Amino acid sequence: MPKKVHVQTTINGEAVEYLCEPRQSLLEVLRDVLHLTGAKEGCNNGNCGACSVILDGRLVNSCLVLGAELEGKSLETIEGLAEPEQLHPIQDAFLENAALQCGICTPGFIMAAKALLDQNPNPTEHEIRYWLAGNLCRCTGYDKIVRAVQDAAQTTS
Amino acid sequence: MRAFEYVPAKTVAEATSLLAEKGDQAKPLAGGTDLIVMVRENRRQLDRMVDIKDLPETNVLSYSPDTGLELGAAVPCHEIYADGAISAAYPGLIDAAKIIGGTAIQGRASVGGNLCNASPAADTIPPLIVLGAICVIAGPDGSTREVPAEQFCTAPGQTVLENGELLVSFKIPPPPKNSSSFYLRFIPRNEMDIAVVGAGASVVLDDAKTSIVSARISLAAVAPTPLFAEEVSDSLAGKEISDESINAAAEAAQAIASPISDMRGTAEQRTHLVGVLTRRALNGAIQRVKEA
Ligand SMILES: Cc1cc2nc3c(=O)[nH]c(=O)nc-3n(C[C@H](O)[C@H](O)[C@H](O)COP(=O)(O)OP(=O)(O)OC[C@H]3O[C@@H](n4cnc5c(N)ncnc54)[C@H](O)[C@@H]3O)c2cc1C
Ligand code: FES
Ligand code: FES
Repeated sequence: MPKKVHVQTTINGEAVEYLCEPRQSLLEVLRDVLHLTGAKEGCNNGNCGACSVILDGRLVNSCLVLGAELEGKSLETIEGLAEPEQLHPIQDAFLENAALQCGICTPGFIMAAKALLDQNPNPTEHEIRYWLAGNLCRCTGYDKIVRAVQDAAQTTS
Repeated sequence: MRAFEYVPAKTVAEATSLLAEKGDQAKPLAGGTDLIVMVRENRRQLDRMVDIKDLPETNVLSYSPDTGLELGAAVPCHEIYADGAISAAYPGLIDAAKIIGGTAIQGRASVGGNLCNASPAADTIPPLIVLGAICVIAGPDGSTREVPAEQFCTAPGQTVLENGELLVSFKIPPPPKNSSSFYLRFIPRNEMDIAVVGAGASVVLDDAKTSIVSARISLAAVAPTPLFAEEVSDSLAGKEISDESINAAAEAAQAIASPISDMRGTAEQRTHLVGVLTRRALNGAIQRVKEA
């Protein structure tokens, strides 16, 4: 059996080291090795976006990245967003707009929204809807999520 | 998922020898959006994944109006359409890069992976074919060879690549004067779906922009491999732009398509779509030349 890989990386601004099997996805490493359980497993095949994280500034599905690929990279997850005493404006906007019900899709939507606003602080509704097309929600019907992202854009830009 | 080894390659030579050592038990890893899913679902078993996306050669993205585009096999879609000059020169390729999966998929999915995965429905292959892309392949003995995009796929999931070979990059010629390209597909949703049928076209028009100097048409999901409609393309050379000439090409394309029925659509629906989409792809490319 191939031996474990030793990975040195940066997660939410902090240096992190871990051992993982090459076949473990980044999602499995986050949840099972590092106990960062914010990223969720929905489909495990790239279709639902519940596992979205930001890798070297780019939105990716952590279920479609290997944990071993993280060597020397920089990762942002939902755990890194809030300050100890204050939620991130996107998190606030999701609460204010009631943009979640069961909440399983929420960390993924928030990371996807962050990646969007990082590169396009004033997106149109059309741009928001296309950007979020890879994130599925079975509760809200999406409108409230889109409105939350529009609100967050107003407060952050 | 069966255990395998993960090795990031630092040079093309290292990648090809790491691949050659394990024969068909090793595969290159680019964005992983096909490969990781396939291995996880046990549709493919491997001893080794060779990560080829940190090599300078698979990451080139350089365009000049004189020499054309050099596109590294591992460059993700997202980086391609972020480049304004490339988007303006090769709009047909951009049409496809922008519809592969959603944002998170486009941040990882490469054109090289899309081609090497060799799905008959792959969205970037018709644009590669109509733009005359040449695939640059490195072999384990240090050799390189070049294969035109239309000859790369040999069967569903099968390509001309031998064990130990790596697709390094694409060379796409500069767009000729008065030319443009277009790609579109039919899916039952607005996004995040696989083509029921896809059609790509490139055209070169005369200076008056009233007739076609040359054209290339390619179709997805209507044959075991992405189809280059060569005779249909040639038949458009010298034709005046008219409903009659475009319709004739669309009908000829329908005649050479050999679609199957599956869960995405019936053969009959696909044949109908080939007509509609060929017409739209040609008209779309012509319109882009006229608007330029
Ligand atoms: C949710 C989702 C939606 C998708 N939507 C679409 C869509 O709309 N249209 C579409 O066409 N596809 C779609 N795909 C499929 C996939 O994203 C594309 O085929 C993608 O372009 C593959 O690129 P990759 O870099 O991820 O390849 P990988 O998964 O890394 O590799 C794919 C295959 O090519 C081989 N390979 C990769 N690079 C090389 C190389 N340089 N030399 C030799 N072999 C190589 C690998 O070994 C593997 O067999 C979708 C996938 C998912 C998960
Ligand atoms: S769990 Fe990764 S996209 Fe669904
Ligand atoms: S809030 Fe339940 S899936 Fe989105």
